[in-house]
Amino acid sequence: MTAAPHSEDDNPLRGPPELLGEFGEFGGRYVAETLMPAVEELAREWPKAWADYAFVDEYRAILRDYVGRPTPLTEARRLPAAIGGGRIFLKREDLNHTGAHKINNCIGQVLLARRLGKTRIIAETGAGQHGVATATACAYFGMPCTVYMGAEDVSRQALNVVRMRLLGAEVRPVTSGSATLKDAINAALRDWVASVADTHYVIGSVMGPDPYPLMVRELQRVIGDEARAQILDRIGRLPDAAVACVGGGSNAMGLFAAFVPDKEVRLFGVEATGEGLQGRHAATMAKGRIGVFHGMRSLVLQTDDGQLLEAHSISAGLDYPGIGPEHAHLHATGRARYLGISDREALAATELLARTEGIIPALETAHAIAALPQVIAELGPEAVVIVNVSGRGDKDMHTVMTHLDPATLALIAEAERERKAARAAHHGATGSHPGEEALIVDGHELRADGKEGA
Amino acid sequence: MSAGVDRVAAAFTRAREENRAALVGYLTGFDPDRAGSLERIFAACEGGLDVLELGVPFSDPTADGPTIQAAMTRALASGASVAGALALAAEIRRRFELPIVLFSYANPLISYGPERLSRETAEAGADALLVVDLPPEHAEVLRGPASARGLGWVGLVAPTTTPNRRARVLGASSGFVYAVSLTGVTGAPLNPGDPALHAGLATLRSASSLPIVVGFGVRKAEDVRALAGHADGVVVGSALVEAGQRGPAALGELVKTLRAGTLRA
Repeated sequence: MTAAPHSEDDNPLRGPPELLGEFGEFGGRYVAETLMPAVEELAREWPKAWADYAFVDEYRAILRDYVGRPTPLTEARRLPAAIGGGRIFLKREDLNHTGAHKINNCIGQVLLARRLGKTRIIAETGAGQHGVATATACAYFGMPCTVYMGAEDVSRQALNVVRMRLLGAEVRPVTSGSATLKDAINAALRDWVASVADTHYVIGSVMGPDPYPLMVRELQRVIGDEARAQILDRIGRLPDAAVACVGGGSNAMGLFAAFVPDKEVRLFGVEATGEGLQGRHAATMAKGRIGVFHGMRSLVLQTDDGQLLEAHSISAGLDYPGIGPEHAHLHATGRARYLGISDREALAATELLARTEGIIPALETAHAIAALPQVIAELGPEAVVIVNVSGRGDKDMHTVMTHLDPATLALIAEAERERKAARAAHHGATGSHPGEEALIVDGHELRADGKEGA
Repeated sequence: MSAGVDRVAAAFTRAREENRAALVGYLTGFDPDRAGSLERIFAACEGGLDVLELGVPFSDPTADGPTIQAAMTRALASGASVAGALALAAEIRRRFELPIVLFSYANPLISYGPERLSRETAEAGADALLVVDLPPEHAEVLRGPASARGLGWVGLVAPTTTPNRRARVLGASSGFVYAVSLTGVTGAPLNPGDPALHAGLATLRSASSLPIVVGFGVRKAEDVRALAGHADGVVVGSALVEAGQRGPAALGELVKTLRAGTLRA
């Protein structure tokens, strides 16, 4: 018997199996009886797959040849001067195929589904990134794919709906509840209750019933494993801190997993305080209470009567009223600390990273960037920090445009006026030529107020 | 006068003596609002329910189909709470002697406090708890305090349940056992004459001395009739909620019709 590529025995956070995948007092399998056998099957089969060289080799080969791993660790050149110093290393998950870390998990889970003989894949998505990654993995393996997406998000993230459909996935809008991510998860769970015999549910974060939090962490730990080896190779020592944004928490868990045993490495998760803790937010660590939600016991934003609250963040990927149970455990034990960043701060950090490093981060990632000044202030200007650039910002350009930059909008409006004037002068000389009156960008007509025209 | 798990047992004994299956009806507390739900529940009880499942609303009911989801959403919008549902149970108990089972999800009940919930459930005159997302592995947090107050704990067995799991569910159950008729959510289409379903019920029957009720997707008197010989009770939920939307009278009529279907040939 050869050693497992990743032995669970080495993981100090993993309790004995009879504890149902509980991380301290968090985790568990709180699902309807109909799903329990499927969840038990996953809990039984996942460790076998992860200990099987053939499975892990295939997973790694796909990450290398298709996803584009390893991703670089880029040392920031001009950012430190703007945030009070430090040596900042950017783990470039934005350079993965599909533009974010989500694909690491999807490739692994669809491989597992195939191994278990499942013939259909379902997934939930909020902003659409996990949906696009799942649809991509399904196209790669030739598996039918259904993605549940809140109707609110379908209209807010229309571009990702087009991407998923182009990739061959069926997108089902969910109108129940708040018609956002949590309701998409509810709808996916309902599908799975009825289809469990032949269907695998690809959960997109380190959440849900055991073994998902554990499995998704292991499929994302490639981020931390690579970053740890890269920093040792580059500077010959471990970093002083690792920083990542947290919604459900998969990119953060993937980064943290490699450093949890290194006690000298401080871990910082960054959650979204949205409009502020007195307003609408997604600050589960700051404002959550222990609850049972989406199959797990964790911290949850809820009323005194145990009803879920709607979360809010400008970043759809952080817009979730729960958090992965392992994060709740790292928080409770003090191994990781969780900071809060508002919508406004995240927007400013998007611009900061773009201008200092030539990297436009996803709004989720921007929360981690925005927390760096606080981390540096605490650890000192000599500190070495790895921050996870979990995704690229292309998907967020519309949001950024409407919130951030009146100057850009004024520039576009002025160009439009000049073009109209030139056209009018031209038409005046050559006769009428009806047609475009507004500037068309990306198929969307832009008005000076940043809203899309008809 | 019996209460708790004994009252549940007595209702099944009575039905068996009358050579019929017990009619178990589900309605959501506070749907469409507090007074409206009481009117509907009273009408259903008068129509001939043997056991009432009183839904305590939860914002994210993942095991329920669209009908009960929507009912819970309406109920929360009209101010439903755990305390409010317990007060409803107390009002129902003042008028009716049938067993009342609180049907809900783990979060609102645990959030209320297991000890407090169990004490106030017993004080309200409700008799058992049915918590869909608390499998036996995690049930003790509520089941322990509930049992200490003499309340029943209704476990669920699904078509996907393995023999090992079945033993575990039965071991944790008291009052009755809920056999989920189909692999799906509440209100999904059911073939009540499916031989595999009947065989599953027979297997469950041989494994337990507790009353067995079958539910999910049972809508009409003929569905009830097709299942009455295979179980000690039949649950109707989504169909009652839908009838309730047409008013208390329509709901009462449906319950009478369903009750006629419980007689065994």
